[in-house]
Amino acid sequence: MNARDAILGALRAAGATPVEAPAHPAPVPQGEPVARFLESVKAVGGSPYRVPDAAGLAAGLAALPAWSAPRRASLVPGVPGTVDLAAVTDPHQLADLDVAAIPGELGVAENGAVWVKGESLGPHRAVFVIPEHLVLVVSAADVVHDMQAAYGRLTLPRPGYGLFISGPSKTADIEQSLVIGAHGARSCAVFVVG
Amino acid sequence: MAQVGLFIPCYVDQFFPRVGLATLRILRGLGLSVVYPREQTCCGQPMYNTGCTREARPLAERFVRLFSGFEAVVAPSASCVSMVKVHYPDLLGETPEVKALALRTFDLSEYLVDVIGVTRVEGDYPRKVGLHRSCHGIRELRESSSSERMDAPFDKTRQLLSQLRGIELVELERPDECCGFGGTFAVTEEAVSCMMGRDRIADHVRAGAEVIAGYDMSCLMHLDGLARRDGTALPVVHVAEMLEKARLVR
Amino acid sequence: MIHFHPEKARAFAQDDARAHWHDKALWFVRVKRDRGAATVPEWERLREAAAGIKAHTLSRLAGYLEEFERNATANGMQVHWARDGEEHNRIVHGILERHGVTRMVKSKSMLTEECHLNPYLEARGIEVVDTDLGERIVQLAGEPPSHIVMPAIHRKKEEIGELFHEKLGTPAGLSDPTLLTEKARQHLREKFLGAQAGLTGVNFAIAETGGFVVVTNEGNADMGTTLPPVHVASMGIEKVIPRLADLGVFTRLLARSATGQPVSSYTTHFHAPLPGGELHVVIVDNGRSRMLADAHRRQALGCIRCGACLNTCPVYRRSGGYSYSYLIPGPIGSVLGGHRDLRGHASLPFASSLCGSCTDVCPVKVDLHHQLLVLRQEAGEQGLVPLGKRMGMKAASFAMARPGLFRAGGRMARWLLWAAPGLARIGPAGAWLRGRELPVPPRESFAELYDRETAGSGEDRS
Repeated sequence: MNARDAILGALRAAGATPVEAPAHPAPVPQGEPVARFLESVKAVGGSPYRVPDAAGLAAGLAALPAWSAPRRASLVPGVPGTVDLAAVTDPHQLADLDVAAIPGELGVAENGAVWVKGESLGPHRAVFVIPEHLVLVVSAADVVHDMQAAYGRLTLPRPGYGLFISGPSKTADIEQSLVIGAHGARSCAVFVVG
Repeated sequence: MAQVGLFIPCYVDQFFPRVGLATLRILRGLGLSVVYPREQTCCGQPMYNTGCTREARPLAERFVRLFSGFEAVVAPSASCVSMVKVHYPDLLGETPEVKALALRTFDLSEYLVDVIGVTRVEGDYPRKVGLHRSCHGIRELRESSSSERMDAPFDKTRQLLSQLRGIELVELERPDECCGFGGTFAVTEEAVSCMMGRDRIADHVRAGAEVIAGYDMSCLMHLDGLARRDGTALPVVHVAEMLEKARLVR
Repeated sequence: MIHFHPEKARAFAQDDARAHWHDKALWFVRVKRDRGAATVPEWERLREAAAGIKAHTLSRLAGYLEEFERNATANGMQVHWARDGEEHNRIVHGILERHGVTRMVKSKSMLTEECHLNPYLEARGIEVVDTDLGERIVQLAGEPPSHIVMPAIHRKKEEIGELFHEKLGTPAGLSDPTLLTEKARQHLREKFLGAQAGLTGVNFAIAETGGFVVVTNEGNADMGTTLPPVHVASMGIEKVIPRLADLGVFTRLLARSATGQPVSSYTTHFHAPLPGGELHVVIVDNGRSRMLADAHRRQALGCIRCGACLNTCPVYRRSGGYSYSYLIPGPIGSVLGGHRDLRGHASLPFASSLCGSCTDVCPVKVDLHHQLLVLRQEAGEQGLVPLGKRMGMKAASFAMARPGLFRAGGRMARWLLWAAPGLARIGPAGAWLRGRELPVPPRESFAELYDRETAGSGEDRS
């Protein structure tokens, strides 16, 4: 008998009494989502910015020190970068990428997380984790209260890929001292447009 | 008149009889008819907690026989009461008799607040008091909210004590950390047990407590033993002793 | 084995300052958890839902695993099954060997610790680099993790500085966490870029969508799975959950319970291999199906590895992860270790005062302290309770069943304590007396005080 049949057989033989799945509790919305989102981004070590439109975004990026670094990749429509990701054949070549700007599909107010769907990452998934700095752009209309709301709205095709990014990379593994910038981005600027 | 069966834990009977006396006086002071079944000895908790269920069972069966038939069974001990309420059904099976007894057995604080409905406590206790809330009382009997759970805060013992004139209940840094007694744990894991107890005492001392109050003499016996060994002047007192001279109003 | 924890704990406690440092460090994480939980008004309802989702899933586990396999395969993943740790290691090695892998990076997985994967692969010429900073620290030090979420919590920064000086060439005397982390970043970045495969654990596997979620703060799982073309994910059978929407409940509980953060930095949903790459999932039993067979053991399989029970446990905080004989320490470790091999971990169910704090912080409401009590009963039945203790309980039970004997014994004990306190050093009282005074023996028992109180009052004396 192969392992699969042995394991499934053992599980079925365990004869567990079926238990119904519970309903999820209704989340309690707290405050105005965009305001709360901006606070949460700050609380998780990110840098939040609110801009009215595409022009505001361009101005905000121009003023962001991380965005003035030489090797910049952008996946945000209307925002030009200096690195053409389509011409990169191997993600290892992105090792010296200074900063990447990536569009998010949703923002989550309770924790400052941004849902980035796989298609938004272009040809190389590594683009969100390998650069020194990260810029995320999300629309104000796409900010929801909490993760329960987020899972009800996000796009995750099958097959597919996607992730929530909340602030920069961090660790507290050395005597509980919080250090920003472990293996992923050292900073995370989040622009809320609209 | 309600017939209350007075349940005096074995170690209270032998080593802290004044706590039993205070409990008796409080109940009689409320006009209750109190009976002390003389044949009682031990609820079986020490055996049960050490995995010796065979030794615990006959004691539990004895207890049920002795205490069935009272309208309420009251003890000055949350841990012994939790043995009856929470663990007797597991140990003896959920017979109607065991279930009924479980429903009618109370720690003193919860009995006064929930059953008698004491709303006013008129008495004096002009001291700075650190309230040690024993684990069984919090997490088995739910006599007060636990710091872990996100519930609206409540505390039946504090509700009673805070009304004593002159009392100041100090704020502890760790309001419900275990004292480390834990029954035979106190002896088998002696090093950790003593460290836990000393840390509790240090918390009370830093908070300015002049006395440590509690509703479980087992915890208080352990803390008192540590304090006296270390030369820390911090006496212990049972809640019953604090309320003994007070007038309790429904 | 019954003396393992008490002896190790005593040794840990010898360095009183260090034990208190460890206790404070972990209490701090507990406090952060409380603050995080307090921001969610529906916290207790979420716990209830999480417990219910796990109970439901565990009652239909075979069906959900089959659904997961079907959908994962449709997503282009390759699903493998392993009965035990040895089979898991063979499968993982087989995949790596087929791809000629000699350098692999790994993100945190207690399952792979359980299977002893690292030594297995290293013996076969594969370099395995643990990339979670805490894991890398203990790997360089040659020691096991002492906490499931913060593996190096037992290490002071000066010690880590010394370790990095020795192994990574950092300047001697460097102890600043920011600078040490920067050094680790550079060092591990080379490993990520040079890796030929990445191995991760699985936080949640979703039956409905055929994908799985890996959660980190550091981004190490993401560095390890977006660069090399081969990704192997090891998961225990109990990690599957029914639907994507269920993650809405779990992701609101997990990070808050673990560290107090509202969510971890990266919550990555793998639903397909990298273009041109391979994604393998190895589903492992290793004794879990046996635990599922018992209704009272099953609940512990709901654990989502947040570590909150460790942080809240007054015993774990004061004795450290190495005082536990099982690879996972603390309350959940004592429960899982006890259920797996009670004889081998006989001291663990007793390494607890049964305070119940663990049960109240567990996001999936595993009734941990009641499980420890059940394990004590099993220990009693299997003759694992030391003879001295058993005899003591037998004697006590005998006396307690006979009121006359109880009263006489009590009177004698009180008299002896007063007359010859030195005699009290024999037996359990001796252990008590090491650090504490015994209570001052009263002259009379309660029964005697009662008689005087009620004399002549006509009170019924039964």
